[in-house]
Parts: sequence; C-alpha cells; structure tokens
Amino acid sequence: MPEISYRQAIKDALAEEIERDENVVVIGEEVAQYNGAYKVTEGLLERYGPKRIVDAPISEAGFIGMGIGASMLGVRPVMELMFWSFAYVAWDQMINNAGCVRYMSGGLINVPIVIRGPANGGTNVGATHSHTPENLIANMPGLKVVCPATPYDAKGLMKAAIRDNDPVYVMESTLLYGTTGEVPEEEYVIPLGKADIKKEGTDVTIVCHGPSVPVALTAAQVLEEEHNISAEVVDLRSIRPLDEETIINSVKKTSRAVLVEENRPFCGVDAQIAYTIQNKAFDYLDAPILRVSTIDAPAMYSPAIEPEQLPKAATVVDKVLSIM
Amino acid sequence: MSAKTTPKKRVKPAASILADEAKLPINKDLSKEEQIGFYRDMVRIRRFEERSLRVYQQGKIGGFLHLYIGQESIAVACASLMGDHDHMITAYRNHGHALAVGMGMNECMAELLGKATGCSKGKGGSMHFFAPDKNYWGGHGIVGGQIPLGVGLAYGVKYKGNTGSAMAFMGDGAINQGAVHEAYNLAALWDLPAIFIIENNGYSMGTSQERSSSHPKEGLAARAEGYNMAWENINGESLFAIRDGVGRAIKRAHEESKPTILEIHTYRYQGHSVADANAKKYRTKEEIDDYRKNHDPLNVYRLYLLDQKVMSEEEMKEIDAAAKKEADDAAKFADESPFPSVESITEDVYWEADNPDQRTSEGRLFFND
Repeated sequence: MPEISYRQAIKDALAEEIERDENVVVIGEEVAQYNGAYKVTEGLLERYGPKRIVDAPISEAGFIGMGIGASMLGVRPVMELMFWSFAYVAWDQMINNAGCVRYMSGGLINVPIVIRGPANGGTNVGATHSHTPENLIANMPGLKVVCPATPYDAKGLMKAAIRDNDPVYVMESTLLYGTTGEVPEEEYVIPLGKADIKKEGTDVTIVCHGPSVPVALTAAQVLEEEHNISAEVVDLRSIRPLDEETIINSVKKTSRAVLVEENRPFCGVDAQIAYTIQNKAFDYLDAPILRVSTIDAPAMYSPAIEPEQLPKAATVVDKVLSIM
Repeated sequence: MSAKTTPKKRVKPAASILADEAKLPINKDLSKEEQIGFYRDMVRIRRFEERSLRVYQQGKIGGFLHLYIGQESIAVACASLMGDHDHMITAYRNHGHALAVGMGMNECMAELLGKATGCSKGKGGSMHFFAPDKNYWGGHGIVGGQIPLGVGLAYGVKYKGNTGSAMAFMGDGAINQGAVHEAYNLAALWDLPAIFIIENNGYSMGTSQERSSSHPKEGLAARAEGYNMAWENINGESLFAIRDGVGRAIKRAHEESKPTILEIHTYRYQGHSVADANAKKYRTKEEIDDYRKNHDPLNVYRLYLLDQKVMSEEEMKEIDAAAKKEADDAAKFADESPFPSVESITEDVYWEADNPDQRTSEGRLFFND
C-alpha cells in the first residue's frame, strides 16, 4: 500500500467525492487560488475549476451560513475553516441553523454539509488559534463530529462525512497534516461512529482521539518496553456518533482505563467516556479511571512551555503506572 | 444603481394612488380574480393572526407570538410573484409569509399550540414554520441569522443553473447584525440572485429606528451603496407598489443574477411580540391610530377594490366571514389535535436516525442515561 500524508489523504477524499457527485463543492478562505492555508486543497482549483472550488471572503458567519442555505437546496458543500478556532465567529450558523433546522422543521429540511479544517494546539499560535472544540459540538444534538488521527482514517472518514445527510464537522489536526501512513489505492469509506483499536493490549485501555492518538501510542510503547505493561489503544475517531461498544469491550478485557485528549478536563469528551465506562463496565474495573487532558488554561504561547500544557506521553505512562 | 426613491408623503387619497399603481406594467394585466385573490390572502392572514392572538390570551400558546398585522401586503405581494425557482426565507414574524405561500391554517395554528399535527410537528412553534415543498424555508428565531441562509438558497439556485431568486426577509432591527452585512457582501461579490427585503416597521423590538440604526438619509436599503448593490425604497401600504419594486428585483435576479436590497416601509399594530408589555409605551396611540386609519394596507386595498368596482361590499363580507370561519376551524382543529409523544422528542434530529434502514454510521447518537 502506498504511504501518503494526512494532508494528501484528505485532498484525495475531496477530489474523489467532487468527481463522484456533481453537487459537492469546496468553499473556504484561500482554498482555491492560494491552494489552501495548509495546502489541503492544493491543485483542486486547477483540476475542477472555480465552480467547484470557491474562495470565500474572510466572513465565517456569512459563508458558513451560505453553505448551510445551499445545502438545504441539495448542494453538498464542504466548507473549510482556516482554523477551527474561527468556528466561533460562525457559531450561530453552525449551532442554531445547521444543528436545529431539521428538528424545528419536523424533519422537512436536511442539512448535508461538511465543515472541516485544522484544530488543536501545539503550533505556538496563542490562545485564540489553538482551540479544540469537539466537546462543544458533540454537546449539540443534530451535529456529528469526527477527529481522524491517521491518513487512512482521514480519507475514509472524510468520504463518509461528505456522503452523510446530516451536518458533519471534521476536525483535522494541524500537527498531523505532515504525518504519513498507508492508504489503499482502491476506494473505501469508513463509517462514522466506529472506533479503531490502534494497538491491541491486555493490561490497560488507553482511550484517545485526534492528536492524542500518537501521544497514546508513544506511551503504550514505553509501557511495553520499559514496564512490560500491555496497553490497548482505542482511537475514538468519531466523537458523535460514539462507539461505546469498542470502549466497553476493551475495558472488560483490561479492567483499567486511562483517557487522553486535548480538550480541557472540565466538561471534556473524556468526562463522557469516563461516565460511559462506569455506567456500563463498573463491575469490570480494578482501578479508578484516570484522565490526561490539556492543563486547564487558555493555550500558552511560549514555544518552550506550550508542549507542557498539552497531554504528554510521559504523563500517560505515569497515570497508567499509578493504577497497575 | 437603481431608483433611489424615498417614499413621499402621499397627498392623494390612497385608493386613487393604488389605481395609478395598478396600471404599472407588472400589475396592468392582473385579472379580477387575481386582484380578489390578493384581498382574500391578506384577509386570511389578518384573521388568522387575530384568532391566534385570542388563542394566546387563552393561554394555549407557549413562548412568543410575533404578529404580522399591518404588514400583510408585503408577504402577499411577494408570494404572488414567485415562480418554480423563487424561494423565501424569513425571521420569527413568519405567519404571514407562511400563509401567503399557501400553507394551511390548520397546520399553522396546530404548530402554535405545539400539536403533533403542526407543520413542524410541534417542534418549531410560532417562530419556526417551514414548507420546503412551497419553496418556503422558514421561520428563523435569531435576528439576522437567516440572511446568510437566504444567500445560500440563491447560491443553490445559481449552482443548479436555474432561473430563480431567493427573497430573504428581515426586520429593520436585523440590518445591524454582522451576519447580514457578510451576506450582503457575498451576494454582491458573487452575483447571486438574492433579494434582501427589509420590512421596516419602524421598531427594533421596542427601540425606534432612529435610536437603533445609523444610516444614510435615503434609508436603510441605501446601505447597499457600500456593496455596489441595487436598492429601492417601497411604500408598504400599496400592494401594487410592492409588486412593482419586488418585480424589478426578481427580474434583476432572473436576468442578470444580481442581488437587490429593498426597504419596504410598513407598520405593526401589535407589540414586538404579544409578550411585549411596553408596546403602548414606546409608541403613541395617535401614531397607531393614524396608521390604522390612513395607511393600513388591507384597508387601502379594500377602498381601491371598491372604488374600481372590482368587488362589492357584499363580496368582501363573504371573504371576511370565510376567513374568520377558517381561522375558527383551525383553532378547533388545533385544540382537538394530540400533543406530540414523548418518544418524538428524539425524532427529526438526525436524518439517519429517522432512516435506520439506510443508516451508514454505527455508533451511538443520543445520550439520555
């Protein structure tokens, strides 16, 4: 299988869906002529022309709302947010309109829109550009949110998101764009809501998603090599819908869980995961569920300090050791 | 840009002004039946609204009720110009537009009462009526939030290669929302067939236009100048004048795929909503009485129809009685309809949850334990 980058995998997904369905359009700031702020849409304008690849002015509320309106008429827009941190500018459109129109119309109106772009910290861009809002979106019924961590997942999940008839918000991760992985040449689609066991193990379950997946995998390797502990790494991939079954089955096998995510701890995604485990696998637990999150403050700028604020493999290792 | 006409103080009797405007190209071929139809549509809206006010006062309607009484000419004139690919979207004062595009009183009244037979199955309420089969995209509760959606409808019309337009209605209070300006920019920048219709009733909730909007002396629509967009002022008391101005905007949308901002001057008799306890404090009784007596679009049109002998008083009474009965019947229908089931709370959230046989995703979508 050829190895391609996470960035390329998303671009391939967009290209294949543009070719498959004439209603798919890509709209966002600098996605066309500039080739994309993170080069995810590089070359697409040249291949598909300005009707399918559209540069939007810097006005998230306007163009995201416009995409939602167009989706109500059967267009299937893939909207790029240059950063997920800019989603708040379009929050009314993303939450009130995309999330509620189907409900308030008694099911008469569908909103088949995808909103995608990079999220997360780690690039020293300060508090306003380092947001990780999957927990906020997952809190809103009517919306779906997925956070792919590998090129394979990114491509398969993006294709599923574009074909989905509900609004799907795809959070990519700035730090992952350059990472590479095997992606098959033949077409595949990964259903939303199916977690993936990134590494099998027997002693402890590490639940993670997005940029915390490489953190968890590094921790699992250290645990194995230095402590002879076999960790199972469960990548959620999709926050809503959520694959509870895979999490519960893993915890039933290992009896221990450490949850890793880049959200802040208060009301983070892992608060829900911890509840789910105690609700459905309490009798299997041999230790308390522990969490590793971002330190509870806005994102630190200082390049020397920011890595300390984010979940670290060493912290995950320590937490696991503390419950063995 | 297009005509910059500020509404002038009218000196002639309203009925004779309408007689002149009835001769405008867009109106001159209207049949007697069509003219009677407009009257019927306006009467139906007014009687529905009056009936819903009584139902609200009986305590049967929850939340808000934003009445359209006094503004009926706008929705009726605009709906009369809609073709297969012309769309409408509006804000929370949406009952008039809903009835004008052909929604039934039963489904609308039942929605007000939160019944399962309502147009949104009791999930939308007064502010959220929808009928996509009639190109009517609602009924939206956040001031100005629907305007980008309207631009999206225009984008959809153009993307699919159709000749059409999207009329996006808002009140005068909405024009200060950022989303509205972003939508203006997109429509003008991308040559989208959007028609922004400001129904200016003079008040943003309880704050007068003078106290809420900075604007050129020509009015709120004149802000279009900054976007290189066509605009017009229209007197809302005349159904024929509205058809004339909106007709020009639709022509521009259809033939040139260009947007327009229209400011239609109107007035509402009731408060911002029925729950607006200070409705009589921020406006004088004289102001309301003057509008009712001299500018009410329904009354002005009625006098025109009588003057031109299009209809007799008798025929009007029949229409009025029929509309009252229809509204009464709708109130009865709504009363007798069942409330939605508790199980229905989680229906209509996700398409895929409502179509389980076509479901493509796997995980859990709802979290209620």
